[in-house]
Amino acid sequence: MLRIANGQGFWGDWLEAPVRLIEQGPIDYLTLDYLAEVTMSILQKQRQADPSLGYARDFPLLIARISKSMLERNIRVIANAGGVNPIACAQAVRKLAPDLKIAIVLGDDVLTRIDGFLAKGYPLANLDTGAPISTIRDRILSANAYTGAFPLADALATGAHIVLAGRAADPALTLGPLIHEFHWTETDWDKLAAGSVAGHIIECSTQTTGGNCQVDWQNLPDLANIGYPIVEAEPDGTFVVTKHPGTGGRVHSDIVKEQLLYELGDPKNFIAPDCTADFTTIHLEDVAPDRVRVFGIRGRERPANLKLSISYANGWKSIGTLVYSWPQALEKAKVAEQIVRTRIKGLHFDEIHTEFFGVNACHGPVAPPVDPPEVQLRIGVRSADRKAVERFTRELIPLVLSGPPGATGYGDGRPPVREIVAYWPALIPRDEIKSSIEVLE
Amino acid sequence: MTVPLSQIAHTRSGDKGDTSNIGVIVYDQRDYPLLVRELTAERVKAFFGDMVRGRVERFELPNLGALNFLLHEALGGGGTVSLRVDAQGKTLGAALLRMQISND
Repeated sequence: MLRIANGQGFWGDWLEAPVRLIEQGPIDYLTLDYLAEVTMSILQKQRQADPSLGYARDFPLLIARISKSMLERNIRVIANAGGVNPIACAQAVRKLAPDLKIAIVLGDDVLTRIDGFLAKGYPLANLDTGAPISTIRDRILSANAYTGAFPLADALATGAHIVLAGRAADPALTLGPLIHEFHWTETDWDKLAAGSVAGHIIECSTQTTGGNCQVDWQNLPDLANIGYPIVEAEPDGTFVVTKHPGTGGRVHSDIVKEQLLYELGDPKNFIAPDCTADFTTIHLEDVAPDRVRVFGIRGRERPANLKLSISYANGWKSIGTLVYSWPQALEKAKVAEQIVRTRIKGLHFDEIHTEFFGVNACHGPVAPPVDPPEVQLRIGVRSADRKAVERFTRELIPLVLSGPPGATGYGDGRPPVREIVAYWPALIPRDEIKSSIEVLE
Repeated sequence: MTVPLSQIAHTRSGDKGDTSNIGVIVYDQRDYPLLVRELTAERVKAFFGDMVRGRVERFELPNLGALNFLLHEALGGGGTVSLRVDAQGKTLGAALLRMQISND
């Protein structure tokens, strides 16, 4: 049996969690997932400004904290912290933890290959909208393939303490050690599907141990000390989802179901780089408190294409707010909104979007009518014209003196203008992506 | 009799680009046929009104007592483009719990 834990569900997750996972009970592998859809583009911008950056900077500092116990307890780390600069990330780790051997998985970064792909006739059309890539070609900031678990397993076979990747697919971080330890092959579809499902269950960290959970949320114990998820995996592809004893939160089939459904598309065709998993074959059983057994998972052949994560510059946006108090809080906010819209008339915006925070910001037309004690007026604009967005940022605060009565909440001044980095998913034949491994001893 | 969806099911929602996904899970497996009957893609589309500009797809997971909905063009452009406070649709699952269903 193999214990694989996840200590980071995204870049920004609780930094104490990986340390606690190591100290509060036994684990064999610690996975750390840092990348969301647009993280790569943010990292690409950091690298443009400074060629030694472009990776998750939390990661080397974390390794410095846990390197001693990793060696003492024989725990290996697998992370996609490398971002667009895995080598620089590994070098930064090296400086802080010189005793650790690091294997870097390369080959996902295809930014310099886009024109070559187009010359070969790959359309790289937007997977969601079908739009041709010519519409954004000159604005592309980053391009990476979601790579699978076999290169991670190869990297583990070098004996490295840390396997560091760029845009490795999230579930692959869990599947990699399973392939390495259990010698699963490239056509063990059911097992590869099971490992991918295990990865999906733990990749968002505590969303499977009681975080963001609707079921009995008022009674979930000790969320301040919530346990991060662990899968106890068997060579046959079955596994138990659990957490360390004595930690907070809960592992229960209702909660695991919520996470299985999270960010899911067609459940019969969960497409991972290494297989296609059928989520309608997953069976869950509550075998003991905080222990859910997962079994029965069936898989099919891997897809012919890998998914690309392309990011591009897509104009500018700004979001400004003002607070109006009772009486007639909502009515006042609506009058203020009309004043702002009148004053920016004639400027070109792709969208002007208003929300009344406290009334309908989250649930829109579904929210029932209320007479709120206070409302935050929240107006957002976006445009390819930066000047139009800048003009908008000057139009909210004056209303404190010149608009409806009772406006406040303007203490942060004019809202900032931010560049929009947008996400463009596309497909590329898998043969085009060749992973390689570099080892830092 | 009419009851809110919250009485028989819980939800979790997230995003893929401009598409919101809402997983709806019954507390009691015996309510799954009721869920399948009442919570059609058409009714979910109508429930969200202007918020969902594209189509709504529904998938069945009887093994988990769950339905998965994909709400296309539902997040104001999605990700970093969206001007909404809930650009990832994290709260849309909770919104759906208000929907009235017949449990006859």
